[in-house]
Amino acid sequence: MHIAKTLRRYPALSAWLLLLPAVGWLLLFFIAPLFIVLAFSFMQGATYGGVKAVFTLSNYARVIDPLYLSTFLRSLYIAILTTAICLLLGFPLAYFIATRPQRLRYALLLALMVPFWTNFLIRTYAWLTILRTNTGLINGTLLALGVIQQPLPLFGNDFAIVLGLVYGWLPDMVLPIYAALERLDRSLLEAASDLYAPRSRVFLRVIWPLSLPGVVAGAMLVFIPSLGAFVIPAILGGGKSLMIGNVISNQFLTARDWPFGSALSILMMAVMLAATLIYFRSATHSQARTARSEVDL
Amino acid sequence: MYAVELKEVSKHFGSVTAVNRLSLRIADGEFFSLLGPSGCGKTTTLRLIAGFEMPSAGEIFIGGNEQGYLPANRRPVNTVFQHYALFPHMSVAQNVAFGLEMSGVPRREIQRRVGEALEMVHLSGLGNRKPGQLSGGQQQRVALARALVNRPKVLLLDEPLGALDLKLRKAMQVELKALQHQVGITFIYVTHDQEEALTMSDRIGVMHKGSLLQVGSPQEVYEAPQTRFVSDFIGDTNHLDGLVTGLANGEAAVQIRGAQQPVRALTVNGVRLGQQVTVAFRPEKVLLDRQAQPDGNTLAGRVVDVVYTGSSTTYLVRLQDGQQVMARQQNAAVSPQMRFQSGDLVTLSWPVHACKAFAE
Ligand SMILES: Nc1ncnc2c1ncn2[C@@H]1O[C@H](COP(=O)(O)OP(=O)(O)OP(=O)(O)O)[C@@H](O)[C@H]1O
Ligand SMILES: [Mg+2]
Repeated sequence: MHIAKTLRRYPALSAWLLLLPAVGWLLLFFIAPLFIVLAFSFMQGATYGGVKAVFTLSNYARVIDPLYLSTFLRSLYIAILTTAICLLLGFPLAYFIATRPQRLRYALLLALMVPFWTNFLIRTYAWLTILRTNTGLINGTLLALGVIQQPLPLFGNDFAIVLGLVYGWLPDMVLPIYAALERLDRSLLEAASDLYAPRSRVFLRVIWPLSLPGVVAGAMLVFIPSLGAFVIPAILGGGKSLMIGNVISNQFLTARDWPFGSALSILMMAVMLAATLIYFRSATHSQARTARSEVDL
Repeated sequence: MYAVELKEVSKHFGSVTAVNRLSLRIADGEFFSLLGPSGCGKTTTLRLIAGFEMPSAGEIFIGGNEQGYLPANRRPVNTVFQHYALFPHMSVAQNVAFGLEMSGVPRREIQRRVGEALEMVHLSGLGNRKPGQLSGGQQQRVALARALVNRPKVLLLDEPLGALDLKLRKAMQVELKALQHQVGITFIYVTHDQEEALTMSDRIGVMHKGSLLQVGSPQEVYEAPQTRFVSDFIGDTNHLDGLVTGLANGEAAVQIRGAQQPVRALTVNGVRLGQQVTVAFRPEKVLLDRQAQPDGNTLAGRVVDVVYTGSSTTYLVRLQDGQQVMARQQNAAVSPQMRFQSGDLVTLSWPVHACKAFAE
């Protein structure tokens, strides 16, 4: 009784109480490990993995090594490309789904998600069997039919990685855009065309700016895991084409250089954080910008 | 040439007929209201004119030009939407400027006309606000300015005052009517509020189940309804069922069960002898008294309810056969001995010319 009364008097308190499990979880499994990684990145490595508690900046000095830097930039490029392709494919798809009648919409959303009920590794290996250089479904068939003499470069390169990433993260792009478009009041589109806007202008001036929050959310949901991806490049990159995620996992599992792996992780997280901040700022800004008429008033 | 002309226009949604062979001519500068109950096809008719829906059959002319399948953005009409449909990410001024921008009006002129339009709807200082920062009434004005700034041939309004409270609605009715007078643009105004239609319109079209039942001035529609539906829908109406016992000179004698003498009523659409009909008359035409009046129709009954509404009092009177009649009396015009209470025996009288007989 007493507790209930106190809670009613301080509504904020009950909100915090409700947050407690989530906060505890985050502290234990996210914030704490993050600080451990941060601490490791400033320490020296021990011979067989682990760390020696000696302060050093050498890990960060090695990060700037052209070898790692170029892998890092290539990963950035792949992540941006993946995000762009997901957006180009995902927006029309989301728009298509959002403009169907209610029941068809749910069916289509379900169809979009059903493939992802299959385990992630299995799906990635499925792509392997399709794309593989000589024995893959595509190359094997075309070679057997004599359509091509040399296998097509479908595997073990950036193409395969981007394909795998786009395939893997497309729903993460579609769903937030779909949510934004579904909320879009249809009468706004009618109002725009009533005010003489052709379809292209209706899109540019009304649909796009109002779906921007969904686009930004989708782009982040695709960009961040793409930048850190390591399973897809490990499998579809064929061991030749690597991303920064693979380098990091190698440092921990193969090279057993935990401090250096930690430094790379921190760098990657810093880039993700920067990207997130830029996204958020550009979201608010570009919405204001597209809203501004071509005529300043 | 008419501002808008519809010829035998129909619209089907699957098996639903939303608009059924509707023909209509609206003159230049007219304030025309489409009135009817929910679901009768008013919005659909408006959307057909605007170009948001394409007719299943029939032709639509705007300013004498057949519209065919012309999309909405190429029709010389503008719409004020029921929920305003203001662009939430644009300021008030940007909203108003939108149509002018799209039709390529030079920038200087846009600025001038947007300023004028906002002034016209008394929103001059609010151009930089977002629609979300305005009250319902202010948003309504923005919607109006956004449409009128384009100087369309015809302005389509779909229950534009529906979301406002009663007092604001009354004020906006007056303002809207004055505005229409000022700009001289044809208004097609959809409403299901009969009072609104009566006070604002030059002409009213009453719709029912996708069809236009009657078109006429407010007075015609109110005083001379052509069907039972129209008489019922517009204003309060008494309906009494009875049998036609005589026909002469456009008048029918209708025997109400249990009444001493038949009721006389003007006949409308082909009433026949011996037919079961409905007699309709307005509550305010009925005079309540303790004894019968010398001429006109007379029925006796007992007061069962008295509703005092300030300027008038409405009595509910039960006849011998159980049917009920409403009688409304202006309080100022009535002497104290003409006030009645529940249980009083009274006589109802009303003139023949204010009474109509509709075949079922
Ligand atoms: N897009 C549509 N699909 C299917 N049926 C529709 C559609 N639009 C309207 N209808 C149907 O057509 C009929 C007329 O609808 P309309 O919206 O024109 O009515 P209304 O007179 O404007 O009613 P209200 O006063 O409630 O706004 C209704 O039965 C409605 O269910
Ligand atoms: Mg409607």
